[in-house]
Amino acid sequence: MHPAFSVIFLTTLIGVGQGLFLAIFTGHSYAAVQLVSAQDSVAFYGVGGLIALLFLIGGLTASFFHLGRPERAWRAAAMWRTSWLSREVIVLPSLMLLILIYTAMQFLDLDTVLYTSEKGNVLHLSLIIGTLAAIATFVLYICTAMIYATIKFIQEWACALTVVNYLLLGTASGFTLAAALSSANAPELIGLYGKWAIIITAAAFFTRGGSLIRNARIKPISTMQTAIGVRHTKIQQKSMGMQGGSMNTRDFFHHKTAAFLKIIKWSFMILVFPLPIILLWTGVNSGSTSVLLGAFIIQYIGLIAERWFFFAQANHPQNLYYQTT
Amino acid sequence: MTVLHDPIQPPAGRIETKNTTCYMCACRCGIRVTLRDNEVRYIQGNPDHPLNQGVICAKGASGIMKQYSPARLTKPLKRVEGAERGAAQFEEISWDEAFQIMEDRLSHLRETDPKKFALFTGRDQMQALTGLFAKQFGTPNYAAHGGFCSVNMAAGMIYTIGGSFWEFGGPDLERSKLFIMIGTAEDHHSNPMKIALSKFKRDGGRFISINPVRTGYSAIADEWVPIKPGTDGALILALIHELIKTGLYDRDFLVQYSNSAELISTDEASDDFGLFVRTDIPQDTECFEAQDRVWWDRTSDKPMHAREESVDPYLLGEFTMPDGRQVKPAFQLLKDRVEEYTPEWAAEVTGIPAETIKTLAHEMGITARDELIELPIAWTDAWGKDHETITGNPVSFHAMRGLAAHSNGFQSIRALSILMSLLGTIDRPGGFRHKAPFPRPIPPCAKTPKGPEGVQPNTPLDGMPLGWPAEPNDLFVDDKGEPVRIDKAFSWEHPLSAHGLMHNAITNAVNKDPYDIDTLLIFMANMAWNSSMNTDEVRKMLNDKNEDGSFKIPFLIVADAFQSEMSAYADLLLPDTTYLERHDVMSMLDRPISEFDGPVDSVRIPVVPPTGECKPFQEVLIEMGSRLKLPAFTNEDGTRKFRDYPDFVVNYETAPGSGIGFLSGWRGKGGEKFMKGEPNPNQWEMYEKNNCVYHHHLPKSFQYMRNWNRGYLKWSQEHGLQRYAEPINIHIYSEVLMKFRLAAQGKLEGKQPPERLRKRVDENFDPLPFYAEPLEVQLTDKQKYPLAALTQRPMAMYHSWDSQNAWLRQIHAHNYMYIHPSTAQAQDIEDGGWMWAESMHGKVRCMARYSEAVEPGTIWTWNAIGKASGAWNLDGNANEAKKGFLLNHLIAEELPKNECGEHISNSDPVTGQAGWYDVRVRVYKAKDDEPKETYPQFDEMPAVPGTGERRKKQGFFAGMFTKGAK
Amino acid sequence: MTQLALVIDLNVCVGCHACVTSCKEWNTSGPAGFMTDENPYGKDPTGTFFNRVQTYEIGEFPKTETLHFPKSCLHCEDAPCVPVCPTGASYKREQDGIVLVDYDKCVGCRYCTWACPYGAREIDEDQKVMKKCTLCVDRIYDESLPEAERKPACVLACPTSARLFGDVHDPESDVSVTIREEGGYQLMPEWGTHPSNHYLPRRKTRMHIHEDELQRADNPLNKEQRGPSGPVEGTTLDDSTSW
Repeated sequence: MHPAFSVIFLTTLIGVGQGLFLAIFTGHSYAAVQLVSAQDSVAFYGVGGLIALLFLIGGLTASFFHLGRPERAWRAAAMWRTSWLSREVIVLPSLMLLILIYTAMQFLDLDTVLYTSEKGNVLHLSLIIGTLAAIATFVLYICTAMIYATIKFIQEWACALTVVNYLLLGTASGFTLAAALSSANAPELIGLYGKWAIIITAAAFFTRGGSLIRNARIKPISTMQTAIGVRHTKIQQKSMGMQGGSMNTRDFFHHKTAAFLKIIKWSFMILVFPLPIILLWTGVNSGSTSVLLGAFIIQYIGLIAERWFFFAQANHPQNLYYQTT
Repeated sequence: MTVLHDPIQPPAGRIETKNTTCYMCACRCGIRVTLRDNEVRYIQGNPDHPLNQGVICAKGASGIMKQYSPARLTKPLKRVEGAERGAAQFEEISWDEAFQIMEDRLSHLRETDPKKFALFTGRDQMQALTGLFAKQFGTPNYAAHGGFCSVNMAAGMIYTIGGSFWEFGGPDLERSKLFIMIGTAEDHHSNPMKIALSKFKRDGGRFISINPVRTGYSAIADEWVPIKPGTDGALILALIHELIKTGLYDRDFLVQYSNSAELISTDEASDDFGLFVRTDIPQDTECFEAQDRVWWDRTSDKPMHAREESVDPYLLGEFTMPDGRQVKPAFQLLKDRVEEYTPEWAAEVTGIPAETIKTLAHEMGITARDELIELPIAWTDAWGKDHETITGNPVSFHAMRGLAAHSNGFQSIRALSILMSLLGTIDRPGGFRHKAPFPRPIPPCAKTPKGPEGVQPNTPLDGMPLGWPAEPNDLFVDDKGEPVRIDKAFSWEHPLSAHGLMHNAITNAVNKDPYDIDTLLIFMANMAWNSSMNTDEVRKMLNDKNEDGSFKIPFLIVADAFQSEMSAYADLLLPDTTYLERHDVMSMLDRPISEFDGPVDSVRIPVVPPTGECKPFQEVLIEMGSRLKLPAFTNEDGTRKFRDYPDFVVNYETAPGSGIGFLSGWRGKGGEKFMKGEPNPNQWEMYEKNNCVYHHHLPKSFQYMRNWNRGYLKWSQEHGLQRYAEPINIHIYSEVLMKFRLAAQGKLEGKQPPERLRKRVDENFDPLPFYAEPLEVQLTDKQKYPLAALTQRPMAMYHSWDSQNAWLRQIHAHNYMYIHPSTAQAQDIEDGGWMWAESMHGKVRCMARYSEAVEPGTIWTWNAIGKASGAWNLDGNANEAKKGFLLNHLIAEELPKNECGEHISNSDPVTGQAGWYDVRVRVYKAKDDEPKETYPQFDEMPAVPGTGERRKKQGFFAGMFTKGAK
Repeated sequence: MTQLALVIDLNVCVGCHACVTSCKEWNTSGPAGFMTDENPYGKDPTGTFFNRVQTYEIGEFPKTETLHFPKSCLHCEDAPCVPVCPTGASYKREQDGIVLVDYDKCVGCRYCTWACPYGAREIDEDQKVMKKCTLCVDRIYDESLPEAERKPACVLACPTSARLFGDVHDPESDVSVTIREEGGYQLMPEWGTHPSNHYLPRRKTRMHIHEDELQRADNPLNKEQRGPSGPVEGTTLDDSTSW
């Protein structure tokens, strides 16, 4: 497939936004049960929610560049019964709304206490909203990933690992960013975020690595033989019927060399996993915001490469019909 | 769920349909044009048209993009004073000015030396008019594109069976069981062949394709037999060898309907050596054969008058006439000839295994003998014998330029005609069938003047500009035996050049060999590109100057609808209309679209008005004919005779009161007559009401055996199709050719070839077919240049015409050189990589495409996709110019200097057919640091005044474009 | 339920591209139009076409088959492009099974192209909506056309009549009979999309020559023996005895 940057930015940015919100919400709910100390609602929960929201807005904005007729985007909510894309279109703004409410409650000090337990655990209204948002976050990861995973012809994508990877990679990047944020605004939580970021990144390393191994072993289900219905081991296309290109050649081929693909693969394997882990470890120990921010930036750059590769590696069976001008 | 966009609601607007005839190629299908608010919305095949029966091809369906192409010329243009030819620097002038320029120039030439005016046309479909204009002007220097197209196919067959393929006749696939297609281009011919081939296959017919390349029609063949280019003659001769050896020929057919049994003097000492033994002194027969031949009777063992009911001749043997002359039947001579052409010999030459050749012969012979068709149609033969049935042998053939465009093509095609005759398939069901006005006498009656005296100032030419010589005295030569025509047609260099040699006209004029000319008028022929061999040099010649700075061809007029490469060289550029804007006739006087069952002609009637100042070229000729006061276009008082072309078509008669005109349908005052009859003022309206076509259905008894069908022959005579109603017997042995050979040997009185050409004529005018390598191949170092290089035309493009077509050029934007992987890999040429192909004349750099569907000794490419930069109003960096290439740069229009002279055309020595497919090349990989573009490149041609804007993006909607004005 | 479809006979398709351009010329000026062309007169011309003819070579010289292969939307019975569409622009008509795009709903997200294994959809680069073969739905029900012409433009155009059109659910329709009897097959059956369009394979007509067909009683060479045969060389009974 041709990696479209609109979709690369959409998925990576909302992944960070979702992950960051999950991290913030984790801190917030841990505090509610006194596993960690509560943080300043504006400086950390509020700012964290706002940053998460900004990433989601960034992702949504990027998505509009992918649409031919963005003014009709509202129509895309119509087919939620069958289309994961339609579901994503519903869940993403819902999530944004929930985070907006959550964040607004922090900033505007509207967070009422609903219940206080004997042990001193406090249930804020924002935690209820946050819980809903956290559920929406998971649902959104699934929607986004299922857009790809349900296309059965693209064997590289049609796999549970696609969902797991979207979930883990997004969460990892969000937790890494949360670690950086906490180093500045909530130093007590560095350990929590940093360690979780390392754990999730490590887990993602295995699942993403697993998908690479799986994809390398894929035997294409469609072949030239099934594509044109002729039984012969030697079938070669001589003409695809046009010479100046078409959507079939523009959208479905990356037009890059195998060597370039290899470079991208190894780049993201280093940028997304070991380097951020090292920096996270260092950052957690030193408490350096710049190191942790560096970890996030490197990981995010790595994720752009990862997503580019995710598309480039996907081999659509329609390509069998578009081999030769 | 509600649907917002109604998928069915038709767009608003006034819809009407009009019928006319397509001209996206030479096929001439009936089309129905749907107009929406007077703009073209849809072009479909006319279901009521006999030729295409409702279907249409890719080109025909893209006519809209031709109509609205920005490459259209819309204003008369004059080269800017001082600008080089080829630079395409023009200024607009008025039609009045253009006509005045031409009138001044041409009237002077006509008064002084009419042959200084030369008129050559491309695939114009109006040769009846252009030929008439030339004849009336008095110039012999006229031809259409036939000489560089397929004249071998026409001449080789017409000189043998009196008819040929495509417009002249074709395979009866309706009844055929076995069909063999040899070297046929993708669209020769087009929709009717596709329709017939599909039906044939579905009816269970067996289809064999013999071709170096497997594409197009060959793709759906049941068997593909790859052959080395130019060796078809060897294959066919071996098939004849095998058919005779196994006795699989149709003896009865050969005896009665060919000259197989006729005795020929083999006595070198006799006066009539090599000629037929005759019962009487030969009479002056003009253009039919007297029935004066002799057979050797089996019963009486004596020579007897041929075709007497009681005579049963030998086909084989050697006999001694009562006067002591040794004689043999023609068939014996054929058998002697093919003795050496064994399948094993042919296998070496053609690359086809001997077993395959034998099997081919057996399949043909057994199908012909064992699948006999007998139709309950009574008919009477030319000798008065009644037959209860029509019989046929269901083996048919089709061949076109693959066979023709070799300098040995004439004899190969003679061999094919003889093979078809041996199988007994001439104008019989399931075999080959004629289309009116064929068959013609062998050769047809039309003759050119016989010498320079036929060309006189202020006088029409004394004869036709093109004709069919029957003997040396028919040649159009001066008293030294040298040519009168600029292209040297009908001279000893190419005696039977029935379609002229347009491909040498420019070179000859620039070399002043045989003389120089003043004005060259080229109509819709791209001589500065794909219609010329040696394109690069011809482009230079068009701009070539004498020492005094004057052009070697002083005045060049180009009439075309499009900004072709050729238009850049014009001094005067005349904008022609498209086919949708004009009246046209597919005339019985030219090449009509007849069917097997009877004559058909058709017309074009404008469906939209001319664009800009476009004027149909016919109107230009009528206007010029009137201004120059050419007799056919002028009343006796010197006034203009015809208002315009439609008026001319209705009222012109070949001779006063002849009743024969351009159209055969609805003649007579009220349209009650056909073929012959007085002019009908409402003829156009009647054509318009009848799908623009007139189809005369012959009675069934006139539809077969027409060479010998008394009823048909008399009918065709009565209706003015031919002068005689005499039988047209097949020339297994060609006495016509023998007469030229005898002249070359100094054994026949009359015109003699110049000394340098005697050997050439002697060798090539063999009365029986033979195989020799093409001339160019003989003169090539085959160690150095081992590969054959070919072009063929894709089905979705017609010559160079369609690169300006926004839809068709998306299908073929550039071309590759197709090459077998083993051939390419031997030179490290990669699939898709850049390579060179080089002949002894030139070289091209192009991209390679591996193919398993090409014979490894051959490389090939699609013809005329490559364009000069900026031509056809494409961007300078268009794929056609930067990735496309033209094979013509490798092909020379003249042979290397040899014993026959310095300027001998690279053509068949019999017919002047251009030897397009004779070039030999070598290939090698282009270096990595070379530019990734084709070679040669040419300076970008600017858009000329009056052409349209090259839209960067366009959406067409029934005549409207979304971006930019139309 | 009706399912209209095309049956494409590869046995007779000569690759002329008539279906390609006749489709374009009909549809560019109809409800599906216009169909944009980019760089129509420049480098790398490209445009919206609903139908393409491709060429394949099968096998190795000299046993090569050249196959011309027209391909347009296959109007799948279980069309994967329909459920994925977020707006409902991609739909399959109940009355005839034609898969269409509602150009006024399409948001141009291209997701349907990912969901089509056949590469049958194209985006119109000017209108930015997806377009595809409509089976000329605006022709086939148009009662102002003669009945014989209520067919897709490509079917009318095809010079070898390699394109058959009809209801593949009606077992007695021409298309169903042909699919049944001539070995009609579907492309990429492995995905379960159940394309309605079918393809007919190449069929070969062969000739078998029996040896005795070459030993012919009617061999015309037999007629060329001249006169009664002459005497044999050497001695016969004629030389030694008289009765």
